[in-house]
This record gives sequence, C-alpha cells and structure tokens, in this order.
Amino acid sequence: MVESSKDKNITIHTYSEVEQVKGYVGNFDVRIRKKARSVDMSKCTGCGACTEACPHVVPSEWDLGLGTRKAIYTPFAQAVPNVPVIDRSVCRIFTKSKDKCGAACVRACVAKAVNHKQEDEIINEKFGAIVVATGYSLIPWEQKYGEYGGGRYKDVITSLHFERMLQASGPTSGHVIRPSDGKEPKNVVFIQCVGSRDESKGVPYCSGICCMYTAKQAILLKEHVHEAQPYVFYIDLRATKKNYEQFVLRAQRDYGVIYTRGRVSKIYQKGDKLVVRAADTLAGTPVEVEADLVVLATAVVPQTDAADVARMLSIPHDQFTLFTEAHPKLRPVESVTRGIFLAGACQSPMDIPESVSMASACAAKVMGILSHEELTLDPTIAEVNADDCSGCLACTRVCPFEAITTVAHNGRMVSQVIASICQGCGTCAATCTASAITLKGFTNEEIYSQIEAPFRNAGKKEVAAGAPA
Amino acid sequence: MLQLNADTVHSFRNEIKQTSGEDVARCYQCGKCTAGCPVAADMDITPNRVMRLLQINGRDQVLSSSTIWLCLSCETCSTRCPVDIDVARVMDTLRKFSVAAGYASSQKAITDFHRLFLDSVRRYGRLDELELSVKNNLAAGKPFRDMGLAVNLVQKGKINLRGGRVQDRDGIKKIFAGSKRFVKAAGGEK
Repeated sequence: MVESSKDKNITIHTYSEVEQVKGYVGNFDVRIRKKARSVDMSKCTGCGACTEACPHVVPSEWDLGLGTRKAIYTPFAQAVPNVPVIDRSVCRIFTKSKDKCGAACVRACVAKAVNHKQEDEIINEKFGAIVVATGYSLIPWEQKYGEYGGGRYKDVITSLHFERMLQASGPTSGHVIRPSDGKEPKNVVFIQCVGSRDESKGVPYCSGICCMYTAKQAILLKEHVHEAQPYVFYIDLRATKKNYEQFVLRAQRDYGVIYTRGRVSKIYQKGDKLVVRAADTLAGTPVEVEADLVVLATAVVPQTDAADVARMLSIPHDQFTLFTEAHPKLRPVESVTRGIFLAGACQSPMDIPESVSMASACAAKVMGILSHEELTLDPTIAEVNADDCSGCLACTRVCPFEAITTVAHNGRMVSQVIASICQGCGTCAATCTASAITLKGFTNEEIYSQIEAPFRNAGKKEVAAGAPA
Repeated sequence: MLQLNADTVHSFRNEIKQTSGEDVARCYQCGKCTAGCPVAADMDITPNRVMRLLQINGRDQVLSSSTIWLCLSCETCSTRCPVDIDVARVMDTLRKFSVAAGYASSQKAITDFHRLFLDSVRRYGRLDELELSVKNNLAAGKPFRDMGLAVNLVQKGKINLRGGRVQDRDGIKKIFAGSKRFVKAAGGEK
C-alpha cells in the first residue's frame, strides 16, 4: 500500500466515495466525493500528537470492538496516508458534547493541520477504464443463529476477531484470550460453514476460504498457546489448490487438531464453559465438547451496498448481489459493460492468490485498452440511418447498455449509437418502428436472403447444398 | 453422547500407535477399507467407522463390536489403504485390547476357537483338526455338532485321526515365547 502511494503514476483517493459514473470505455466521467477528514493533508506530518491528545475513546472498528480508538484517529498503524481523520459522529466538538475537550487536537497540532470547518470536496475526473474491487462482508450471524447464542455468549467470536487477537500489533498484543474473562483458552472449537451452504438461513454457496483459514488459525493457536487444543467442525474439507490438502493434513497430523465431520447444532453455557454439541457423522455418534472459546467461520457475503454500486456502474449482479462476469469461463474478469473490470471477492468469494490473479488480469486487460490509440471492437453493432430515424427515441429507452445518444441531423434530433458501448444485442433494431436501425452483419436484407435461399429451388427435387432438407 | 476430550483422544490414539505401530489419525475416511472388506456386510460397525471411532476415543463401542472378531485378517483393507494404515494389524491390536479389558466375553465362541487353535499349534507345531473340532464343540456345549460332516471329512482324508506333530518343537516354543512378550506388552493374555 505504501509502495503504491509513492508511485508517481498512481493517485489514491482515500476517505472518498465514487458518486456518479457517466460515459463509456476510454471516456468515463467520474464524480468523486472527497469527504472532509477535518485534517489538512498538505500540512499534516503524521506525528500523531492529535490522536494522543484526544480524550474521546470509542471502540475500534478495525479491531472489531476488541480494542479502542480516539475520535481523531488513523484506523491502523500502517494506514495510507498517515494522516488522521476526525470521526464527526463521535467528536465532542461536532456532537456539541457537554463534556468539553477544548479542541485538544487543534492545540496539540504543531503544523496547524486540524480544521474542524473543512468541507467535503467534489471532484470530477476522466478515466479510461474502471476496476471494481469493492471486496466482501460477513454474514450478520447474530441475527440468524440463535442456536449459537446469537451473540449472547462473549466467548463465541468470529474468525476475524480471532485473527485480530493473533496479530502482534492487535488489541491483545498477540495473546489469544477469552473475551469474557481475559483468560487463556484451552479448548478452542472452530465451526466452519456458519451461514455458508445454508439454504435456510444463510447463503447456498460455499464461501471457499474458510477451510484454509480455519486450518491456519488452528495451527497458529497451537503455536501461540502450546497447551491449547483446537477442534474443528466441518461439513466437507475443500482444500483444492496447490499444497492446500497437505496443509490441512498437517494441521490434523502434526498439530493434533481434532477434526470432526458434522455441523454444530447447539452451543450452550455451562459454568464458565461453552458446551458444543454436534454429531460425528463419520463415527455415527452424537458428540459434545466443553469449550473455552468458540470461533465461527462466518459466510462471505457481498458488501451491503453492492447493489447501489452495480446500479451506478451499470453492471449486473446475481441474486446475492455478487457482480456478474461477462462470461464465467472465457471472460472472468470483465463485466458486460465494456471498460469495467472485476477483481476479487466482489465477484465471488475467493482467497488471496485468486484475488491477486484477478487483479493482475484486470491490469493487463486495462493496459490492452489504454495502450492503443483506437479501440478494436466486434463489428456486429447497431447503426442508425439518420434519414429514416423519426426521433421517437424509443431505442434509447430499451438499450440495456445506455449506448444510444442523440445528435442533430438536418435540424432535428435523431438517435446515434455510441460504437464503443454497443454490444450488438439488437434490441434497438427490433424496437425501431421506422426500421431505421440495423445491426451490421444482420440487416433485414441479409436475414431475408438467408431464409429465401433454401426455398429458391422449391418444387425441384434437389435442395440447395448446405441448407436443411 | 460421546464427550470429545483432547487428553483421552490423544492418549488413545497413542496407545494404538504404540501397540500396533499404526497412526489412526492419518485416516481421512475414504471408506475403501469397508468397500473391499468381504465381511463388512455382517459387521455391526464397518471398518472405516472403526477407524473414525479410534480417532475420537470411541473405545467402548469399538472394543465391544463384533467387527474386530469377524475380521478375517485377509488384509485387503491394508493393501488398498491410500494413507498406508495397516487396518488388519489395527484390528489385531483391538482384539488384544478387547480380551484384556474383558469385552471379549460376549464373543466367547470366537475367542474359544482362537484359544484352542493356538493351543493346538503350540503343542504340536501344527493343527490337529480332530482335537480342535472336538474341543471346540465341547466348549460350545454342542458335542455332536457337524458330526455328519466329520464322517465325510475322515473318509476323504481331510482329517488326520492320528494327528501329527512337527520335528522342531523347540523352534515352535521360541516363536511362542517371542510372541508372548508382544502380547504381554499389549496388555493381552495374562
């Protein structure tokens, strides 16, 4: 991240949101809202004095509530840029709190960079291509799985919480603890497929990454807490890539992780322990574990606002709001909208190597477009005969790609197809009552000739070669 | 309800490893052992399920099962196992555990046969079919079982009425002495 922030060809807009995308491949007009971070980026030196001075402490989103942050903060130590932001929803100056802080951050800032009056800035920029890499979110399991406590048990956490605890610079300084009493856990139960492959409460698809990170976390648990015992409950182990199967076997054989095939049915409190009940479907017997900590591998789901992003970009998504690729096998990183590409888990749940592959492919595809003066396109696109066009503009309303615009022709407005957007679907040609739109290579004359050809010799015994008998 | 407990799970796995030399934790439940087993259909717990129960300390279930006694030691499972577990050898170990822990009493007919068979071999260096048949019938309390068959077998020379013994009886003794140590280590025959 730091490296790309220093590249002269890369501009990173942080704390910014794309609000509108117009135009087409090679000519995208993008409106970006650069939100007011209340700190002047050109003055701030990143010394952190403001953060230290700020008296207002709130739970940290980055640490999923396991740690805290201030009202003026950088989300994590290596964040780019190293310029803090004021969270206006909690800052005492913005909330007009009675608990006065006396603008401690302003007084602490030697560079005079803190500016509570800063406003959002709207910028419009032109881009040649867009790569969508909006990532994923996790299923809100608390609302769906009452049988796992629905969030009532402090010691039932998600894998992401566990990951934060393993992090040396994290909220527990790398110590694995029970959130309830801060004690080191001995028996740790990992439950896979919480929400994944669950047609009733979750999503029907496999989240794809949980088998591997659960094996990793179980191994890391053994390395952090030698006396700990990891248990993993799974439905199937899907370790399909290079060295993955061996990794899972290593967890089982070398680290003694106890894997049990069966979905956990219930978790309940017993003293300060959590009893995890499941069936061992391979042994054919119900089983129980007394756990100190339970870690849920929750389902990968799209970002909650993925549908809005799709609408803004005119790209399709499936019923789960995962963005749809142009072709699942042959065009996996392109969207159907030319010039817009997809990378990572916004398209489908995937792990790091796959996301990196997709991102690299996107970069290559974009270079393929931007390195040429002209765009080479499929020739089968629609064309408007301006003389015949009545200017009713029915075609503009039916075009699914918004590829039809209007131009003046002999003193009246007529339709015009933007060649670089048109996908040649033919909807406009079929709609046009004046027959003013033709699809190149599929004109009415061409299609009629094809129909007539086999019947040209009708009545004679032999039919034209190649025509269906 | 089987309580999954790490300490007992690992100690049972180790116990089997030390006695049989086989690491049951390697089993990933493909089921090939059961698929190839000629007597699996008659077992109360299939061989692959036995392997799974061993992984989670399902000691009682396994040691009281008919499976370990129905196993013919044909070793089809061991030959075909993709993770190289000698399943037949594990079954052998389980029979020893079962005898030692007193579970085998429910399988008296089978254990009697095993004992009488070995007694005969121990004494003569080879099997005395007549003696084994008679003793086995007496042990079962059915002295006349298969009498009709016995007549046929004798007529065809399949049963040697005079018995027989090998020449190198000391060699046989040594073999038994050696295996005795092994059996003792397994906590088997007292």
